[in-house]
Amino acid sequence: MLKNRKLVAACFLLIMLHLVFMLGSFVAPYGPSAQNRDFPFVPPSAIHFMDATGHFHLRPFVYQWSPRPDSLREYDESHTQLYPIHLFVEGDAYSIGGISLRTHLFGVAPEAQIFLAGTDGFGRDQFSRIVAGGRLSIATGLLATMVSLALGLLIGIVSGFYGGWIDESAMRFAELFLVLPWLYVLLAVRSFLPLHITPTQAFLLLVLVIGTIGWARPARLIRGIVLGAKSRKYVLASRGFGASDWHILVRHILPHTYGVLLTQAALLVPQYILAEVTLSFFGLGLGEPEPSWGNLLANLQHYNVLVSYWWMCAPALPLILVSLGYLRVADVIQERVQSASI
Amino acid sequence: MRYLFTLGIVWLFAGLCSAASIPQAPQREEEVQAASNTLGNYGGSLVVAQRSEPKTLNPVIAADAPSREVIGRMMADLIHINRASQHTEPALAKSWTVSKDGRVFTLKLRRGVRFSDGQPFTADDVVFSFQVYLDDKTHSPQRDLLVIGGKPITVQKLDDETVRCTLAQPYAAAERIFDSVAILPRHLLEKPYRDGTFAQAWTLATPPAQIAGLGPFRLKEYTPGQRLVLERNPYYWKVDRTKRRLPYLDQLVFLFLGNEDAQVLRFQSGDTDLVNRVGADNYSLLSKDASTRGYQLFDLGPSLEYNFLVFNLNDLQSKNLSKIATKQPWFNDVRFRQAISLAVDREAIVKLIYAGRGAALWGNVSPSNKYWIDTSIPHPPRSIDKAKELLKSAGFSWLGDRLMDPHGQLVEFSIITSSSNAQRSKMATIIQDDLNKLGMDVHIVPLEFRAMLDRVFQTYDYEVAIMGLGGGDADPTPEMNVWLSNGGTHLWHLGEYKPATAWESQLDQLMQKQMLELNYKRRKRLYDQAQEIISSNVPFVFLATPDILVAAKKNVANFQPAILEPTALWDVEELYLRPVPPASAGSHR
Repeated sequence: MLKNRKLVAACFLLIMLHLVFMLGSFVAPYGPSAQNRDFPFVPPSAIHFMDATGHFHLRPFVYQWSPRPDSLREYDESHTQLYPIHLFVEGDAYSIGGISLRTHLFGVAPEAQIFLAGTDGFGRDQFSRIVAGGRLSIATGLLATMVSLALGLLIGIVSGFYGGWIDESAMRFAELFLVLPWLYVLLAVRSFLPLHITPTQAFLLLVLVIGTIGWARPARLIRGIVLGAKSRKYVLASRGFGASDWHILVRHILPHTYGVLLTQAALLVPQYILAEVTLSFFGLGLGEPEPSWGNLLANLQHYNVLVSYWWMCAPALPLILVSLGYLRVADVIQERVQSASI
Repeated sequence: MRYLFTLGIVWLFAGLCSAASIPQAPQREEEVQAASNTLGNYGGSLVVAQRSEPKTLNPVIAADAPSREVIGRMMADLIHINRASQHTEPALAKSWTVSKDGRVFTLKLRRGVRFSDGQPFTADDVVFSFQVYLDDKTHSPQRDLLVIGGKPITVQKLDDETVRCTLAQPYAAAERIFDSVAILPRHLLEKPYRDGTFAQAWTLATPPAQIAGLGPFRLKEYTPGQRLVLERNPYYWKVDRTKRRLPYLDQLVFLFLGNEDAQVLRFQSGDTDLVNRVGADNYSLLSKDASTRGYQLFDLGPSLEYNFLVFNLNDLQSKNLSKIATKQPWFNDVRFRQAISLAVDREAIVKLIYAGRGAALWGNVSPSNKYWIDTSIPHPPRSIDKAKELLKSAGFSWLGDRLMDPHGQLVEFSIITSSSNAQRSKMATIIQDDLNKLGMDVHIVPLEFRAMLDRVFQTYDYEVAIMGLGGGDADPTPEMNVWLSNGGTHLWHLGEYKPATAWESQLDQLMQKQMLELNYKRRKRLYDQAQEIISSNVPFVFLATPDILVAAKKNVANFQPAILEPTALWDVEELYLRPVPPASAGSHR
């Protein structure tokens, strides 16, 4: 029961986060690449209920930042006017699934801005970029996991079911992939690929590169399960009745692999999100102005950003949450699969 | 860590017993040069950070900045450009006369000067040095500067103290070409030169005793990957106002620390005494605790380098690059280039990338270069509307908000930048956003620096690039390579046999003429015209230039960094360390 609650909590967190990131443009108050060139490195807007004169407001509001006269990158709240935060405000146009919309979840009057997580060096809203970047990072993780599992499933089943030299060569090949230091391989592979590509192509390439490198572990696990399953009595019986390979695979063997596939998926997704973050951190992911968590965190490579603008670390928070969520789910599934198989 | 600690001890120790090492006073027959700065005290070692190790200690073949910075402290030239005044001044040549036609220079050498190993310096060394620099086989990167009018300069010994240099044609900046031509010790280098092993002479592995020069310092030791230590040249030919022999410092230590962030960190922790060039962001970081930690910070104003966008107008017929060739008609249209120039927000570049410490550019000459800048060049304010009008007049139209060329092709191109240069990558991001407002679809492609140079100089496989040039000298001559249509860095159209456009041939003529013109006013007028042609035809979209920012510890005295390279160390012989009171000396650790 307790385990169930943990699972539900983790799933709920993950679903919420994924919803936020999938509906990114609606949740974010601004477009991810809109530059406010008068506001580089603005700290996060504080959300107030109490105004400067001590009056309480039921609706939360923000003050506008104004640069200090003698400095470029330091700001004070200007208390001359307060800007209440409204829900469902009209703003920049965006499209979700081909539908063009202008409504954003929250926002302030257009003459002011709300920067929930501050701005970067170009005055772009960090919060909007984190949300948009999450969509990209998570999509990369999910798609790359699918690529990996599809490859792993195919190779694992073929090699477990048919055995012999196919098995031998496939597994030696898998071992070769397992001993590769994958981070360096990723870096090397990515730098061999053409750099002169559109963002969509870059995204698909990223998915393919990350996905193809991780097929070995699921393939070995699935091979083991197939090996065990194919000598079960009901499989032999089915074969005795003249069932085709295809029938045996789909009806009797494949169902055994579901548990492993799910656990592997839950393990691989955060790992691949991290892989994307790593590649983008080193400048090998998607280029400007497309945000991803790796791109956003890459700002921290600069010493002065790291020590002067703490809010630039904000993208790490959702990254940690998503990773923990997936790992928790993987744990629970793992336990269930094990108890089921005993 | 222990090494840091020892270093600190060495530094402190050297500071405390400074009286211990006073160089020998100049001899009677020695013709020394007197400096005019504040009198300093002897001793101490100055610790300077460098990005990377020098590749060689051979002054003739050194091409990389770290090598040149180290070698420059160990070598001297005949006529030197004073980095502060930007004028030439006597160095190893105490005086010179020029023939009426401006072609023949007769240089009187300083008498009694000795190399750092004690051997005397004579006219033979001068003749030998020029012979080596001009030899095709040594592949000196400086050789081109010594070839004037297609012919190498000839150097002849008249007697032990006199040499005559003859140029093939009069040359406006003739005195300046002597700067940084290191005078080599013939007694050490003649043998490797005759044996054909000159390229292998004076590497980092060469024992210090086999390396000698006429600069203020000589090699003491080199620890691979860590540091290189220079010690005082006891025979140096400059003295201070009271005839005490320079340099004041016992030692000059170079630490190899990698990128700028690492240099700033080590400076903050007190391990180094100065940072030669700081970025604007780190500069503001340092200025926050400048007073509490005791730093002196210098903002010397805009540098002489210029960053720009360059369009690929190369002849692509022999290459298989048809996709790029379809975009060349846009780049070739001056209105297209002008529109881009109008749309680029230079103020934002200065503000967001240089934190306000830089200057917007509309031409190739930096506002710091007061002697040569043409102030009448227009600075049109940024205007998206005017840019759109220009594009419209060039036959472009809009499909929705996307720009379309006269043939109905959407305007889309990529800008390549060097991934190691964060500032230029950021410029690309600003420009991308600006050009998006014109309806242009711009991609940014960061490339490894060498890969990028290869595309720009060899394969021509690019559309638009962000690059930087200049910064060497204030004089227009180093610019010849860029603006002459057959120049080696005529980036937008390399390898032109004859000028592709009327304005390029006009520019060729002006640049050639100014080089031969000896009168400053007339020469300036010619160069002004050249600048006007450049700015109205926009072969480059000039962007901005960063300020030169330098940081040093407070006790580094006589410190007067200059905008010309080597920014901080050009007068290292006159730098000295003010004694630090024990209490504050302790706080460095």
